[in-house]
Amino acid sequence: MRDALLTVRDFSVVYDVDPPVEAVKNVTLDLRRGEILGLAGESGCGKTTLAYGLQRLLKAPAVITSGSVVFHDSSGEDIEVDRLDAEQMRRFRWDKISMVFQGAMNALNPVATIGSQLEDVFEVHRPGMSRAQRREAVAELLEIVKVGPQRRRSFPHELSGGMRQRVMIAMALALRPQLMVMDEPTTALDVLVQREILRQISQLRREFGFTVVFITHDLPLLLEISDRIAIMREGEIVELDTAEQIWTNPRDEYTRTLLSSFPRLTGERGVVAR
Amino acid sequence: MTVLEFDRVTKIYSVRGAGQIKALDDVSFSLTSGRTIGLVGQSGSGKSTIAKILTQLETPTSGEVRLDGEPIPRRGAGLRAYRQKLRMVFQDPFASLNPYHSIRYHLERPLRLHGVVPKAEMDDEVRRLLERVRLQPDAVVDRRPHELSGGQRQRVAIARALASRPSLLVADEPVSMLDVSIRLGVLNLLADLGREEGLGVLYITHDLATARHFSDEILVLNQGRVVESGPADDVILRPQDPYTRALRAASPDPEAHFASLSGSDGGAL
Repeated sequence: MRDALLTVRDFSVVYDVDPPVEAVKNVTLDLRRGEILGLAGESGCGKTTLAYGLQRLLKAPAVITSGSVVFHDSSGEDIEVDRLDAEQMRRFRWDKISMVFQGAMNALNPVATIGSQLEDVFEVHRPGMSRAQRREAVAELLEIVKVGPQRRRSFPHELSGGMRQRVMIAMALALRPQLMVMDEPTTALDVLVQREILRQISQLRREFGFTVVFITHDLPLLLEISDRIAIMREGEIVELDTAEQIWTNPRDEYTRTLLSSFPRLTGERGVVAR
Repeated sequence: MTVLEFDRVTKIYSVRGAGQIKALDDVSFSLTSGRTIGLVGQSGSGKSTIAKILTQLETPTSGEVRLDGEPIPRRGAGLRAYRQKLRMVFQDPFASLNPYHSIRYHLERPLRLHGVVPKAEMDDEVRRLLERVRLQPDAVVDRRPHELSGGQRQRVAIARALASRPSLLVADEPVSMLDVSIRLGVLNLLADLGREEGLGVLYITHDLATARHFSDEILVLNQGRVVESGPADDVILRPQDPYTRALRAASPDPEAHFASLSGSDGGAL
């Protein structure tokens, strides 16, 4: 399938504790190039484990017990993620798939300027770049996310939460990855800042054409921004469909439960159930 | 009956190097027993300053706060009575209960401190409190917080708040750390208790949708000022102030989103 970016087959993750926890159970998923896929579910449903697992970011006691992940690179090459050795994996990460982490506001190093943290990305992944080129690339990134290049000398604590989140997005964008995984990127922000960041994400996606996996428990938000939505429960994807289908015609009982957990902002008083 | 009154309350913080910051600017409102006011606004709007003044972590620079008609006492028996009448439900049910103690201890403590019931009736009162928050007393009373789910813990925190028979509950983001599918249950419980017990409830949140559903009135704060207030539906559906409009426009609203996509004018899909 040429329009697929990522093919996930029968993917399972177990936390090898006593008793073992099946965090992700036989997930099969095709991620389409350029789409925003919303991944919704409650805490403990396995959404973050799935996202980390796809990039082999899990640590013990998590064990990937089955499944394959194939990344269809824009060059035409198919990369079997599970077959990469450590060095190949290191190069693959951030270059092809980048991540905006949960609690990203606190993911920056407090004792380094944001400019130097952004330069690190290029130093590691683009060793051929000169210092001047790195500086220029960082200035451009800060311009793109509308933080402004003059801020490269600022420390994280000198920036607001929204600004820090933009810096994290700049970092994720640095190597022009084909896929960006965003794990609750706006949960800690208030609604006005959240809306600005979401606008920026969709604008950047139009401009650079990357694919987004957007993880959150905020289903009303996902319904607005996603092309398709996957609903996860207890390690399984119980429903995967277009945002509009999920909204107008949810088939799974749990999807309906989730929808009915949110009161309506406008319209008749009541929950968004149907 | 009026439970809580804010009468032209101003709070100014002096910050070295930054001059003076008006955290609250001439804020007035009143809350009647059995009713809920939703206090909304983004971070830095002054919501927490109101909670801090109510819990006496801060004192107003000017203006007066009255609970059941009395100004907030500074010390002594008056202060104890004040703390009996005003109770908080906090955001994080994982942090607000003591992991070392049983649920029974959490509920007996306020009963004892405020002398609510004689010792012989303590056990019955604990059970009654748990039943009021729709928990099975036998299933939870001798457990410790870590054995309960987030929703159960928040119900225990509500029971603890009710123990001293308060007239005002201040709930500061009481469900934002709970799983989405149990949030409405906890909010419905707060709303029911408010009505049944004639409690005034101050619901502090940044979530406009739940504020609309669980409040009789909404107060919108921006930079320490009340920019809009009124019946919940009026404020959310027909906002007058530009700031309220901006808040509403920024809040997720799938209903309006899909209505605009399909070109219809909203309503039932």
